[in-house]
Amino acid sequence: MTGKQRAAVLGTGQTHHRSKRTDVSMAGLCREAVDRALADAGMTAGQIDAVVVGKAPDLFEGVMMPELYLADALGAVGKPLLRVHTAGSVGGATGIVAASLIQAGVHRRVLAVAFEKQSESNAMWALSITPPFAMPVLAGAGGYFAPHIRSYIRRSGAPAQIGAMVAAKDRRNGARNPFAHLRQADMTVAKVLASPMLWDPVRYDETCPSSDGACAVVLGDQAAADAAGRPVAWIRATSMRTEPTMFSGKDHVNPRAGADAAAALWHAAGITSPVDQIDAAEIYVPFSWFEPMWLENLGFAEPGRGWRMTEAGETEITGALPVNPSGGVLSSNPIGASGLLRFAESAMQVMGKAGEHQVAGARTALGHAYGGGSQYFSMWVVADTPD
Amino acid sequence: MTDVAVIGFAQARSERHSPATTNGVEMLVPIFGEVFAATGLTKDDIGFWCSGSSDYLAGRAFSFVSAVDAIGAFPPVMESHVEMDGAWALYEAWLKIKTGEAEIALAYGFGKSSAGHLRRVLALQLDPYLVAPLWPDSVSIAALQARLGIEAGLWSESDMAEVAARSRVSAITNPSALVAGQTSVGHLLDQPYVADPLRAHDCAPVTDGAAVVILAAGERAWELCPRPAWITGFEHRIDSASLGARDLTTAPSAAAAGAAAGAGRAQVAELHAPFTHQELILRRALGLGADVRVSPSGGALCGNPMFAAGLARIGSAATEIITGRAGVALGHATSGPALQQNLVCVLAAEIGERQ
Repeated sequence: MTGKQRAAVLGTGQTHHRSKRTDVSMAGLCREAVDRALADAGMTAGQIDAVVVGKAPDLFEGVMMPELYLADALGAVGKPLLRVHTAGSVGGATGIVAASLIQAGVHRRVLAVAFEKQSESNAMWALSITPPFAMPVLAGAGGYFAPHIRSYIRRSGAPAQIGAMVAAKDRRNGARNPFAHLRQADMTVAKVLASPMLWDPVRYDETCPSSDGACAVVLGDQAAADAAGRPVAWIRATSMRTEPTMFSGKDHVNPRAGADAAAALWHAAGITSPVDQIDAAEIYVPFSWFEPMWLENLGFAEPGRGWRMTEAGETEITGALPVNPSGGVLSSNPIGASGLLRFAESAMQVMGKAGEHQVAGARTALGHAYGGGSQYFSMWVVADTPD
Repeated sequence: MTDVAVIGFAQARSERHSPATTNGVEMLVPIFGEVFAATGLTKDDIGFWCSGSSDYLAGRAFSFVSAVDAIGAFPPVMESHVEMDGAWALYEAWLKIKTGEAEIALAYGFGKSSAGHLRRVLALQLDPYLVAPLWPDSVSIAALQARLGIEAGLWSESDMAEVAARSRVSAITNPSALVAGQTSVGHLLDQPYVADPLRAHDCAPVTDGAAVVILAAGERAWELCPRPAWITGFEHRIDSASLGARDLTTAPSAAAAGAAAGAGRAQVAELHAPFTHQELILRRALGLGADVRVSPSGGALCGNPMFAAGLARIGSAATEIITGRAGVALGHATSGPALQQNLVCVLAAEIGERQ
């Protein structure tokens, strides 16, 4: 690891996420997040060395490689501009590529931007493609993942209401987050259980919304962090892993790519007991049941026991391991930005900037994203000190 | 920081209509086999994978997801993807090695341009609110650029035909080329216009294909290759998307990337110029003198697999070093309408020649 430079989050910004942001163009949406991130970092666009853009499929907006058109609005003209696309994990990958530009010693200040303007199309049907030689997804991501959730329930023996508990918690957390798309302070388990069944066992209120939104993060090297004169979030470790969508022996409930990525992450961050050493976790949970599934995949709980943490209230904002204090993907889901939102929210926690959804005393936090058929994983650990 | 070299390159034969699916697997598997055989590596030696491709070219979301099947990615791999030419995937791979997280990295790019109507598909890269609804296609925009240069006295249709003729002769020895052969400027100028002032020879052929490049760090590069092509400069920049706000007869992003990467040292340059006049713009922007050999492979004018052609230029430039034909070589990639985005990779036989 000789020569690897330190990197830190200097500022974050996000849009108000809504189902239709018809008040702004794609450029306007991105600028809303970028301007907030630059202000948070106390910097101007002119101080940025390079820009990394992430978003999920271009078919969602009907624009091929929209970063080309966005170059002016993002202040990237005359600078390096990279466009990342790693399916639903792309927001996380965007943060990691931006971090690597600094860690490699190539740049000092980098802007990462991720967005999705889903109201430009219909994401569920954009995902319901029929590629050759592959099982059609049909009826969007919920139809794809519901069988994996049923398998998790069967394997773990989890009580039926665990998913509803996750959903009620995340929606209540979302009410603490002024930028969240869904802010439902009075959401209860009973209300979730009373909502219509969409893809058994996933009910309407256990499903992420379809959002327009963007997120931006300003990253810097040691000198830039020192010059910031304000709290920063040090990137302790990053990790990415990929496996194929389908293959004989694939475990869709506890995919090895996720487990390998987590193991590499904890090792690189010097974390030996994640459940004890992580103070807050922003985990990509688009359907409620993925909270207990990912708690196990990430090593916070033994296989089959993740739901017990949820059931015991340990993932509440006041619990032992607060999960998605921002409200998470269940409260806002601009797909391409959702991963970077997890990464940004984890940084906000250790910078002490999470406002009403701040986890008291958070010093080390996890940002996590996944994509494709539970096959792309990206994650980072941030902390309030560099090492 | 870690020195990084290109130690392997392979490309699929350029085809006008490949029978392969748009996810690239059928084009990638053979060239992975080829580059592994040449380097003695296996997939287990690759510490980081990165690909470049486009969903719009494939006409479907997540086309790169299926491409992972070509890797055999289990046990899981450290992998990423850019929605850009594979040249930028190589850039991300280069970063990963420089951070120390990988010693050997593989970048690939693939594109089945024949799956749609390419010049119409590329119109969707334009400002979606003000320009794309008018459907100005990529060839027409290039024609406007060529016309501006002719009107300004910067080049002529004959200069453009000379680029095409030289490229086609160079491509005769390139088994991957789609277009090659002896021709004359006079014969080319007798052909009809495709989009005035562009004739067919001025435009890269619509091409299906794929390319792969392997990078290695420091000592590993020496172990794997008797004459590695060391990366001494790797830079990219983007220009404004507003066609009316740019001087289309220049490429400031190419000039800036070239200056930062040390383009002036190159003895040979593989330029990703999908149109003849764009080679003339690039030569000027990169400051390439008359003594610099340009695109000995025949370049993109003789085979332009979208999202792989830029990576193939770097691979071809590296081959000039690895085979001993050059001491310093330049690989270039472009993206976007009218040379909006440009990348320059300078490679050298001697690490000490680093700027």
